[in-house]
Amino acid sequence: MTFLNYLINGISLGSVYAIIALGYTMVYGIAKMLNFAHGDVIMIGAYVSFIITSKMGLPAIVSVLAAVVVCTVLGIFIERLAYKPLRNATSLAVLITAIGVSYFLQNSALLIWGSDPKSFNSIVHFDSIKLFDGQLVITSEAIVTVLACIVIMIALTIFTGHTKLGKAMRAVSEDKGAAQLMGINVNSTISMTFAIGSALAAIAGVLLCSAYPTLLPTTGSMPGIKAFTAAVFGGIGSIPGAMIGGILLGVIEVFASAYISDKLSNAIVFGVLIIVLLVKPTGLLGKKINEKV
Amino acid sequence: MSTFLQVENINVYYGAIHAIQGVSFDVNEGEIVTLIGANGAGKSTVLKTVSGLLRPKIGKISFAGEDITLTPPHKIVEKGLAHVPEGRRIFQQMTVEENLEMGAYTQPQSGVAADLEMVYEQFPRLKERRRQIAGTLSGGEQQMLAMGRALMSHPKLLMLDEPSMGLAPILVEQIFEIIRTLHKNGTTILLVEQNAQMALSVADRAYVLETGEITLSGTGEELAKSDEIRKAYLGG
Repeated sequence: MTFLNYLINGISLGSVYAIIALGYTMVYGIAKMLNFAHGDVIMIGAYVSFIITSKMGLPAIVSVLAAVVVCTVLGIFIERLAYKPLRNATSLAVLITAIGVSYFLQNSALLIWGSDPKSFNSIVHFDSIKLFDGQLVITSEAIVTVLACIVIMIALTIFTGHTKLGKAMRAVSEDKGAAQLMGINVNSTISMTFAIGSALAAIAGVLLCSAYPTLLPTTGSMPGIKAFTAAVFGGIGSIPGAMIGGILLGVIEVFASAYISDKLSNAIVFGVLIIVLLVKPTGLLGKKINEKV
Repeated sequence: MSTFLQVENINVYYGAIHAIQGVSFDVNEGEIVTLIGANGAGKSTVLKTVSGLLRPKIGKISFAGEDITLTPPHKIVEKGLAHVPEGRRIFQQMTVEENLEMGAYTQPQSGVAADLEMVYEQFPRLKERRRQIAGTLSGGEQQMLAMGRALMSHPKLLMLDEPSMGLAPILVEQIFEIIRTLHKNGTTILLVEQNAQMALSVADRAYVLETGEITLSGTGEELAKSDEIRKAYLGG
């Protein structure tokens, strides 16, 4: 029964990673850049939600919506101010800028909210489910997180597969030049992708802090890196890959810390990534990279 | 006949390389004009500059009386100028039909179904393979898809970059047959080709591009007969 408990915890943590990883993978797919500031957008989302529930006393749902709005706008701004001017720059310049944006966000949070940890109140207010005489506990946070992950996955699948904008997004991610020749505005498509990724980051931030309630300016960085790992693990650029990579990573992390060593769990998680990349460099569902002739 | 596309003294650079050195030409409404020249002469660069993917440092491009020199590529498509790029550049991971839908991106959604039928009528092979992933098509089919995709935007001027590249002779014939049909139906065409013989056989007028400059021009027939052209491009 403890095994099942761990599994559920793992899937729940993995669902958060998956939602974050979607932002990484979509932005990578379309802008061919690693947005290392993505993790910090999560933290901003969590702080916005915290202010609205704990300081202003407004309902949780309002705080989630506010976090989504703030992060979406923030994502669009970051792209426009920091990354768009570098559209034709080397990938190294973009990478360094992304790390710079990450520190900028962390230090801005430090300036605004201070360095003392905030105790985040869960946005979920119903009872956990207890089965088998209380031996198996499914927390309300786990239920909401997994459900959110499933809904997001379905919504994104419909969006990219069946809507004009979603298809345009796929076209841009495959070939920017050809997409422009179709009449697709590549800049606004990239902007939209950052908006979607950042909105998802806000949701992930609220869910993450509902399960692990300590909120700090650095709260987003470790989950951010893990979610990036998950995206690479699943095959960067692939939406189902990010989903599978995230959930597997969460499960591996929880099992590793439960059955092997709490201290080594992160090392094991990254060790698994290295092994996967050695065996399959494009990740689990990664697309084969076609050589241009 | 009025001047449809006018390219005046464009100069295009790749970094420090002066790839296009003062090229001027024009295309009149209803014509097929071809730009021939050896590999590396700058033919594709000229087309990319017209469609807005590249910017000329000096020079002016106007289309249907409007200056489009600085217009972004996605706006140029809306004006009725479609570009089938070199190497076809279809969306390999999307289905045939999705590729065609992308071609109709600038068009109102209500007309897309009818336009799909129009393209399928022209290219029955594509209809058979509408649900197939485009990357799995043969070279000839991919060229048809690239052309069909461009037609979905109702182009007034269609620019084709090396449509015969890498295709078996029988397919080359087929592609040129389609070009003739499109022309007959009123589409103005700017054709870039290495296969000078085929290109000159369909063209009303032709320009010869050599290392970034236009060195000769005339009607298709004149150039096909010219000694210089025969020696350089037609193998005798």
